[in-house]
Amino acid sequence: MTSVSMTVNGKSVNADVEPNTLLVQFIRENLRLTGTHVGCDTSQCGACTVHVNGDSVKSCTMLAVQADGSDVTTIEGLASGDDLHPMQTAFRENHGLQCGFCTPGMIMSAVDLVKRNPNPTEETIRKELEGNICRCTGYHNIVKSVKDASEKMGG
Amino acid sequence: MYSFNYERPSGINDAAGAVGEDDKFLAGGQSYLPTLKLRLAQVDKLVDLGGISDLKGISVSGGEISIGAMTTHGTVATSSDVRSSIPALADMAAHIGDAQVRNRGTIGGSIANNDPAADYPSALVALNATVHTNKRSITADDFFVDLFETALEDGELITKVTFPVPQKAAYAKFPNPASRFALVGVFVAQTTSGARVAVTGAGPCVFRQSDMEAALSGNFSGAAVKGIQTVADKLNADIHASADYRAHLISVMAARAVDAAS
Ligand SMILES: Cc1cc2nc3c(=O)[nH]c(=O)nc-3n(C[C@H](O)[C@H](O)[C@H](O)COP(=O)(O)OP(=O)(O)OC[C@H]3O[C@@H](n4cnc5c(N)ncnc54)[C@H](O)[C@@H]3O)c2cc1C
Ligand code: FES
Ligand code: FES
Repeated sequence: MTSVSMTVNGKSVNADVEPNTLLVQFIRENLRLTGTHVGCDTSQCGACTVHVNGDSVKSCTMLAVQADGSDVTTIEGLASGDDLHPMQTAFRENHGLQCGFCTPGMIMSAVDLVKRNPNPTEETIRKELEGNICRCTGYHNIVKSVKDASEKMGG
Repeated sequence: MYSFNYERPSGINDAAGAVGEDDKFLAGGQSYLPTLKLRLAQVDKLVDLGGISDLKGISVSGGEISIGAMTTHGTVATSSDVRSSIPALADMAAHIGDAQVRNRGTIGGSIANNDPAADYPSALVALNATVHTNKRSITADDFFVDLFETALEDGELITKVTFPVPQKAAYAKFPNPASRFALVGVFVAQTTSGARVAVTGAGPCVFRQSDMEAALSGNFSGAAVKGIQTVADKLNADIHASADYRAHLISVMAARAVDAAS
């Protein structure tokens, strides 16, 4: 066992984990934050995307021990109280989801995308979301949601 | 994943000292963790390079750009130093995988892995880069040996890669639409010692297309390479593309790269 400590959604957490524990396992099984999904478990689909020190990463392709000392944000950490993050609101208002399985990862990627590209074009949004796969929506309304949110986020 | 031990040293010498015969370095983990998850590899201990600040960062001096082994693809893609001195390198990094992969994956990990479809090997070879390790310096021409094989010895640690700034360069990739790895990628550079053309994705390992280099040395234009064929015998054939198709793509991508070079 190796001890890890990190900040997750603003709270500090400490635990002893086996080194081969994935960050996503740690988040879902130790912390019981099940909003982060596992779609493929092979680094392809992006359903497991979280932020580590502000950058989007696939938490199925990172060890919990690698995140020691980091600041982690999951989908549960985006809203402030009852106020949804503008990206969450935009997905709801633009029908950016159907089954919702890919949505936590899409939203985490989209927030990082807008941070790096404050005023993204449709082309930029599509390119930047290459690491997130959606089986339902055909992407059109996801792109619309991200565009809408980027405008409301002051881009 | 099988179980393993884990260590995160903070210095280059500590890392080199910590890695034993059945151990491995861990950089961004974007190639090696998937390998471990599929149980295609087993390791006693992972020596995580993530805590070594000396391995990170980009600097420019004396007509050369130096990139630390642990510098991520995302950092290279957005670095103003890389963009202003070798824009082709920044563009190449911006098209590796996806945003999440670029936030973790590193130049050192990519070249140590030497995947036949990886992008970086072509940049290093075309730009005549030098790979620096904790023991020595190796030219890119000597570094990439064969399929997933490099000149690195067991436990040898890449510290940085230095690239001489070319007169102009460009990379053109025909990406596999699912993985975005190169089905064929061609990196071309016009340097003081002549034109260099490096091809990735097409064969078991990156290689130089010397007929194209000769043609470009007299006339650096897409037209000069368009008609030059590559023998398909030793090229890859798989569900994505036949060897003949890859051979054809080399000429097309080379011409596009030359015409785009800046
Ligand atoms: C979905 C997906 C898409 C991808 N698409 C592309 C693509 O389009 N183009 C492309 O080129 N790549 C692509 N990749 C691969 C990606 O670029 C990896 O980041 C890269 O190949 C490995 O870098 P890493 O830092 O993650 O290394 P790791 O996975 O941590 O390590 C890889 C190997 O290198 C060794 N190593 C690492 N650092 C050093 C060092 N400093 N010295 C000595 N040995 C070292 C490790 O021991 C290991 O054997 C993709 C990966 C994924 C998951
Ligand atoms: S579950 Fe991590 S990328 Fe699919
Ligand atoms: S909404 Fe169902 S997978 Fe995207």
